[in-house]
Amino acid sequence: MIEAQGLSKRYGNKIAVDDLSFSVRPGLVTGFLGPNGAGKTTTIRMILGLDRPTAGSVTVHGQPYAALYSAMREVGALLDARAAHGGRSARAHLRCLAQTNGIPRRRVEEVIGIVGLTEVAGKRAKGFSLGMNQRLGIAAALLGDPDVLVLDEPVNGLDPEGIRWIRLLVKSLAAEGRTVLVSSHLMSEMEHTADHLIVIGRGKLIADCPMAEFIAGATTQATVVRTPEPQRLAAVVTAAGGSLERVSAEDKIIVRGLPVEQVGELAQADGIVLHSLTPARASLEEAFMDLTADSVEYQAETEGRS
Amino acid sequence: MTTAAVPASPARARAVPAASRRPGLPGTLRSELTKIGSVRSTYWTLVAQAVASIAWAVLLCAATASHWAAASARSRAQFNAAGASLGGQVVLGELIIVVLGALVITSEYSTGMISTSLAVMPRRGLLYAAKAIVFAAVSFTISLVTSFAAFCTGQAILAGQHIGATLGQPGVLRAVLLSAAIVTVFGLLAYGTGAVIRHTAGAITAILAVIFVIPALAQALPASWYSDVARWLPGAGALGPIARSAPPLSGHLFSAWGEFGVFSGYALVMLVLGAWSFSRRDA
Repeated sequence: MIEAQGLSKRYGNKIAVDDLSFSVRPGLVTGFLGPNGAGKTTTIRMILGLDRPTAGSVTVHGQPYAALYSAMREVGALLDARAAHGGRSARAHLRCLAQTNGIPRRRVEEVIGIVGLTEVAGKRAKGFSLGMNQRLGIAAALLGDPDVLVLDEPVNGLDPEGIRWIRLLVKSLAAEGRTVLVSSHLMSEMEHTADHLIVIGRGKLIADCPMAEFIAGATTQATVVRTPEPQRLAAVVTAAGGSLERVSAEDKIIVRGLPVEQVGELAQADGIVLHSLTPARASLEEAFMDLTADSVEYQAETEGRS
Repeated sequence: MTTAAVPASPARARAVPAASRRPGLPGTLRSELTKIGSVRSTYWTLVAQAVASIAWAVLLCAATASHWAAASARSRAQFNAAGASLGGQVVLGELIIVVLGALVITSEYSTGMISTSLAVMPRRGLLYAAKAIVFAAVSFTISLVTSFAAFCTGQAILAGQHIGATLGQPGVLRAVLLSAAIVTVFGLLAYGTGAVIRHTAGAITAILAVIFVIPALAQALPASWYSDVARWLPGAGALGPIARSAPPLSGHLFSAWGEFGVFSGYALVMLVLGAWSFSRRDA
């Protein structure tokens, strides 16, 4: 269980995290989403006691991080793929971490096996690929067999097989009753993994809801209609309380606010010819983009339309 | 207040035995020993320090021995056998050890390791102390061996002219021990500075500037002023008394223990500033 109350972080006059309150519950995978620069990493660093909040507080199991009895047994964290000394071997890296909390040596070998680094465990991390470093970071997070896992962008740099592995790992960790917080800037990574979503943008909380609710909200009712009589269709749709939008000079129209069945029935009642009638769903990625569009930190300038 | 609000942990098989007591200094010391022993920079700085110290002892003692017959009465009178064999350890050893002292902490920042280190051991004062203790112990052990080796090598060379010293003579053992200890003191000065500056090149540059530039600038002062400040200057002549078994040549310098105290004071100030920075600032 992680609980944030009015968590804020300010650097000079730039506000990185702005009055965030949320809780991350056990037994679920909680996706922590937001565009780059939204404040995800800063929030995670405050959870781990690395950065001090300007205001508010965050606790793990009801305690500030520094007060945890045995930090590694309670929280496992993956921060940055490059959070190991490159001159040290993977095994030595994990050993020095394990020793701080009195974790037995055999557990080091165990996690090396779990993340699949057995063959390179004696090699210096300097020569590791981003994906291998990511696995080393996950091994470190798993060392203490913790109840809470906080993973910042864990699939960064992983190949498709690695991404699948992370998804399964994260789900199984949550299924064992652990609290799992996974950050990402891509909705697609969360779509099949997260049970719950916390979405932030420009440091502010935008959404905090179950994945199912987010999906339901994202699938606004829209119907794509092709008709040679757009004006007539427009008239009946508007009269029935729907709204519509011409997509192009073609005969394609998007109707919103009415169920697809009703659109068909209205057309039939007035004898309007329809060439096609298709229910459309916005993808989750689009829904996420819509939600965070106003809060993107670094946006490429769109070309002026002529 | 905060009653045990820890929710009932899910009943699952634990892969790691529960902590018998709260992780603290013993485990963190072991961890830091693993850290310092598992990177190459430790070995090459310590080996470089030993080689440079002993090489300088060989060079200086051999040169002295070969010119002894022709040496003036004044230079014979000023000669100190312990100082000849230990001067390299004090001056060169100090320059090399500051690299390791700084690296022990700045490499944590340059590699991002600091986040991992603090996430597993969030008691910052304890981590800072453990790093300093392990560095000091490793550095002092190697310096002590080097110090004795440089002394013995130097004396063996000087023995040809029957001008060597023995450990039993007054002040000699003190010179050998303080020559090892002063190296560690400078290492700790670098460690504290590294904790404040958090950048390897920046920290090393800052310390070398203090050791080289300040004494060099001070020499531009009027002679009477320089005499007043010389004993306080890190590096340069003020290190001389530490390596010698006899009292300092210059009356403007403190005794060996006095100069050792001055530099230890500087190191202590930087250690305290580093501790404050390490525990208060965002990682």
